[in-house]
Amino acid sequence: MDLSVHIGALTLKNPLIAASGCFGYGVEYADVVDLSTLGAIVSKGLFLKAREGHAAPRIVETPAGMLNAIGLQGIGAQRFIDEKMPELRARGATVIVNVCGTTIDEYVEVSRMLADTEGIVAIELNISCPNIKEGGIQFGCSLNGTFDVVSAVRKVTRLPVIPKLTPNVTDIASFARSAEEAGADAISLVNTFLAMVIDVETRKPKISNGMGGLSGPAIRPIAVRMVHECRQAVKIPILGMGGITNARDALEFIIAGANAVQIGTANFVDPFIWPKLLDGIRDYGQRHNIARVSDLVGTVARSHD
Amino acid sequence: MPIDIAARVLANRPLSSDYNVLALAAPAIAAIATPGQFVMVKANAGADPLLRRPFSIFEILRDARGDVTGITILSKRIGVSTSLIYDAREGQRIDCLGPLGRPFTIVEPPTHACMVAGGVGLAPFATLAQALRARRVTSTLFYGARSAAELFYLDFFRDLGVELLLTTEDGSLGERGRIVAPLDRRLAGMPASTGVMIYACGPEGMMAATAKTAMKYGRPCEVSVERVMGCGLGGCYSCVVPMRGADGVVHNVRSCIAGPVLPGDQIQWD
Ligand SMILES: Cc1cc2nc3c(=O)[nH]c(=O)nc-3n(C[C@H](O)[C@H](O)[C@H](O)COP(=O)(O)O)c2cc1C
Repeated sequence: MDLSVHIGALTLKNPLIAASGCFGYGVEYADVVDLSTLGAIVSKGLFLKAREGHAAPRIVETPAGMLNAIGLQGIGAQRFIDEKMPELRARGATVIVNVCGTTIDEYVEVSRMLADTEGIVAIELNISCPNIKEGGIQFGCSLNGTFDVVSAVRKVTRLPVIPKLTPNVTDIASFARSAEEAGADAISLVNTFLAMVIDVETRKPKISNGMGGLSGPAIRPIAVRMVHECRQAVKIPILGMGGITNARDALEFIIAGANAVQIGTANFVDPFIWPKLLDGIRDYGQRHNIARVSDLVGTVARSHD
Repeated sequence: MPIDIAARVLANRPLSSDYNVLALAAPAIAAIATPGQFVMVKANAGADPLLRRPFSIFEILRDARGDVTGITILSKRIGVSTSLIYDAREGQRIDCLGPLGRPFTIVEPPTHACMVAGGVGLAPFATLAQALRARRVTSTLFYGARSAAELFYLDFFRDLGVELLLTTEDGSLGERGRIVAPLDRRLAGMPASTGVMIYACGPEGMMAATAKTAMKYGRPCEVSVERVMGCGLGGCYSCVVPMRGADGVVHNVRSCIAGPVLPGDQIQWD
């Protein structure tokens, strides 16, 4: 089966992408997986400056999932370029950067810096982190804000621009449309669902930030529904994610309308997951006689046919 | 390079109603592990519980010929995952990823080693005591628990020639009270010309007190921290510890890859 994926002018060798914040800066996993075999890796969220993030505890496990409020700890764009990109280039990784900002100017500046760096192939705009007050969610929760960030970054780079949408809105398809109208080359969805876990003995939240973002298998059916809704609303490619743990899950997103898929939480559980996913997708292609994975995108059958 | 093994349970030995020692057939991990390193373990298939849990490597197992056959982990039942570890059956497979993390610094004679353990924090010290003994470093284990029934493996350490100083909260064995008291007395009585290295693992408060006691006497101290960990490989940034860097500024450091063994005097305890 032809596994290649097209996002604007960009071609990925397969549809498997390591999700932002779940793969460090990529270099952490170089011992475990051949980075050049992944469709792409997405960096941890990058601001202009380094950030220390929230106090521990930062995660708590939930039924079939986890809640996190890391607080976008990170080394900032320049150190990423200087300290991480040389190794990522040497290892043949296809790098998408996850760009954060507290203002439109910051998104533009960070995007400009990174877009000029050899080896970076696309910009994912994080307008959807639920865990910090001034980290883009104010853009991602407003149709005009989404439009404004995307069109501002669109003007300063020729790389594909991929806003990452939050599921914490009533009608995610309208946000997909806003992104498309502003010139996005693709959209990523979903980021985590704002959620809370309370220790009833102490009545305290179980993570230091109080609330956090829910990820993992628990969110998968909602994420699949959202990808399906966005597929109906826009023509641009979709990078779908939310609780993928095996090839069947990945295929579910592709059939719902995703051109590629991202894997986050499942990589924590099984860092050797990548070749297993690829084998499973190939195997499905053979069983169903499908020549190209792209032929599967958005092919949900009517339920009563 | 870490290895992931669907390890067969060779034996499951309960030590009490909460503690057990689980033996896992993981020779490839055992062969390269060093004292202070850990494994990420998942005792169930499926998504509930979803994540792996970190465990110090407790013992390295060998067969009659001396070849490594696996590892053990020391577990205390506190939640769902540790209950699965407690109830694991012989023959069952358990996912075991490791060895991970930075190990202890092994000192040389004539430096004396003080190992300070609280409860399940005993885990990294069995292999450390063996490594120290192999270098002929003299050592003392300061080991505290709630009661005599929760002090384990005393003969193991005695057989290695380790001096034992025990405390229990209820006074049922050793001195009544906290383990830092005898450590403080011992350090107070040691001339500055005698080299000492302190290693600590246990509850947060105990490690903080140990690190501060070490600083009081100007002695080096390595602590093996136990933080809520998501992945064990540096991917998720869950297990951070605030540490004062060379620049004097406090940074959140990932204990899975910078640790779990960290210099006690650089941690921002509070
Ligand atoms: C620990 C953690 C950190 C994350 N950090 C980021 C981030 O920096 N930027 C971002 O866009 N998404 C971040 N995410 C969201 C994931 O990229 C992904 O959208 C979400 O977890 C759903 O996918 P999953 O269920 O496969 O994990 C993070 C998720 C987790 C669990």
